[in-house]
Amino acid sequence: MSTEVTRGTDDRIDQYPDKHVTEGGRAGEELDGYPPVIAPGHSFASVTDKIASLALRKRTPIGWLFAFFIAGSILQLLVLSIAYLLAVGVGVFGNNQPVGWAVPIISFVWWIGIGHAGTLISAILLLFRQSWRTSINRFAEAMTLFAVACAGLYPLLHTGRPWLAYWMFPYPNTMGMWPQFRSPLIWDVFAVSTYASVSALFWFVGLVPDLATFRDKSRHWIPRTLFGLGALGWRGSARHWHRYETAYLLLAGLSTPLVLSVHTIVSFDFAVSIVPGWHATIFPPYFVAGAVYAGFAMVLTLLIPIRVFYGLEDFITMRHIHNCAKVMLATGLIVFYGYIMEAFFAWYSANIYERAMMWNRMAGSYSFFYWSLILCNGIVPQLLWSKRVRENMFALFTIAMFVNVGMWLERFIILITSLYRDFLPSSWGMYMPTIWDLAMFVGTLGFFVVNILLFIRLLPIISIFEMRTLLPEAKVHPEEEHKVIEDKRQERGDTPASGGLLPATGD
Amino acid sequence: MEDALKTGIYGVVAEFDNATDITRAARKAKDAGYTKLDAFSPFPIEELSETIVERHTRLPWLVFAGGVIGCIGGYYLQYWTQGVAYPLNIGGRPYNSWVSFIPVTFECTILLASLVAVFGMFLLNGLPKPYHPVFNVPRFDLASRNRFFLLIEAADSKFDRQGTADFLRQQNAREVVDVDY
Repeated sequence: MSTEVTRGTDDRIDQYPDKHVTEGGRAGEELDGYPPVIAPGHSFASVTDKIASLALRKRTPIGWLFAFFIAGSILQLLVLSIAYLLAVGVGVFGNNQPVGWAVPIISFVWWIGIGHAGTLISAILLLFRQSWRTSINRFAEAMTLFAVACAGLYPLLHTGRPWLAYWMFPYPNTMGMWPQFRSPLIWDVFAVSTYASVSALFWFVGLVPDLATFRDKSRHWIPRTLFGLGALGWRGSARHWHRYETAYLLLAGLSTPLVLSVHTIVSFDFAVSIVPGWHATIFPPYFVAGAVYAGFAMVLTLLIPIRVFYGLEDFITMRHIHNCAKVMLATGLIVFYGYIMEAFFAWYSANIYERAMMWNRMAGSYSFFYWSLILCNGIVPQLLWSKRVRENMFALFTIAMFVNVGMWLERFIILITSLYRDFLPSSWGMYMPTIWDLAMFVGTLGFFVVNILLFIRLLPIISIFEMRTLLPEAKVHPEEEHKVIEDKRQERGDTPASGGLLPATGD
Repeated sequence: MEDALKTGIYGVVAEFDNATDITRAARKAKDAGYTKLDAFSPFPIEELSETIVERHTRLPWLVFAGGVIGCIGGYYLQYWTQGVAYPLNIGGRPYNSWVSFIPVTFECTILLASLVAVFGMFLLNGLPKPYHPVFNVPRFDLASRNRFFLLIEAADSKFDRQGTADFLRQQNAREVVDVDY
């Protein structure tokens, strides 16, 4: 089982032969033939210095500047398309009767789905005590925030009058009107805004101890002041850590049902209607699985290049890559099952509209996109069954790209093919996105990458304090551990007596 | 404040280079009868917290209360707006159509509970607090890197500038220094 063990962990492993397996692999332990979560030989200092050096450096790497230049240029496309949209109106989008929801909503769902991997990694894997989450959770949470920011733009702009977006929130107004809470669209407002707020809080809470590290490591007064403001005066007190860990665990417990609810509610936008192809009970689970699938694909898309570029192979090891690939494969299978079931339901329901919709999907005007979707999301990811493919970075990156495209196509298929031919043949019509639809979507990609780049340049992209806990030296010696807990128990019995004997404090 | 005038310092702090030593030292200090002590570490150490923290934090109860308020408040918001302030007939559904109100009630529950978890944690911790005397310790910036510090405050009734420093020195500390105000 354990082929390589770093110094200091030997006795623990001898004592508890299975403990290290259930813990999911502390540093230096090689489990099930997979590499450890941190390469052997690291210490508190080396982990801190390596991660901090990515941001706290004088020179910005040329590669970063180049990437920033490209992404920043693409971001201008977003600025331009928003300006044009506001000047001209929603007519710049290609959607019109019968296809009232199109690329902006497709992109909204795509982005919000991508965000889900971040919360899954940071919250759900924390609850399951998966220690491999530690080196990628910060990054994935940042990805969540930026993806949700991109997603949030769409419903806002899609209303056509974003300056009146506050009408969606319940507030006392002179019109005497209130939002209509029976509508899934209002549920969506609450779900997405709660999700954005809680993700931001979770991310910030995780950052605080690391910002304190950055504060203490910066020599110049400007970064020291700025990081110090962010760190809120964090000093690593044992009392603080105690509340901190409680709060962090509670947040993870709260985020877990939240993340499942968000894409469920997004799917209600469709499933609560009676449109053929939308009105399906399978939508919530299949949307959530699709969201995690898309999110892990995006995590791999970003991590594979960053890991190589910044030399993070010690922290983001093959174990992480393998696990991400496996989660992608598992959720991909759920999604593929969803596609098959959709087709089965259409046939089994014996409903002529459902059957016509499905037939249109497979053989109608947009059948090319349907079969591309099956190829990207259903067929290509099956390669991940092979360990050789999971170990080949180039292959893995390519598969992740296929999934990114496939998930966008999935939403395209769900929206367009259900709407373009509805119940009445007289109202059938084709849909074509305009140049502005596409410009805005490509622009949000630029916005997303710019945010990711700024995050990499300015903040700790790996949770430093959590990485320290994974090191063998973080473990308090077992006998001592045993003694402390025993003494504590005894002390609890004696507390009233000893408390009574001690004089009041402050004299 | 009286003690500060008496001794002129906030306390003494001992630096350790591993988690086991500081846990043992904190334990010994407790046994020796010190009550006003605190430990600083670059990552959470469960054993150390168990030694230092007198009782488990109230935070979970506050979070629960936040969740309950969010839940009731979220539902009442919908009940009042849809049933009392602005009743609309939507497809013949009852004004108090509770099934449709579940998603928003749920989101409000999570939102309030999370806000309480985060802000409650910071407030109970007394943060933000940009200045704390312990930051005057010259090597304290290592507390966020790879060193562990045990502080005994001058306000402790058992505190004695020389005696306490000697006590800490015996605990395998790398260095023991005074903490200035």
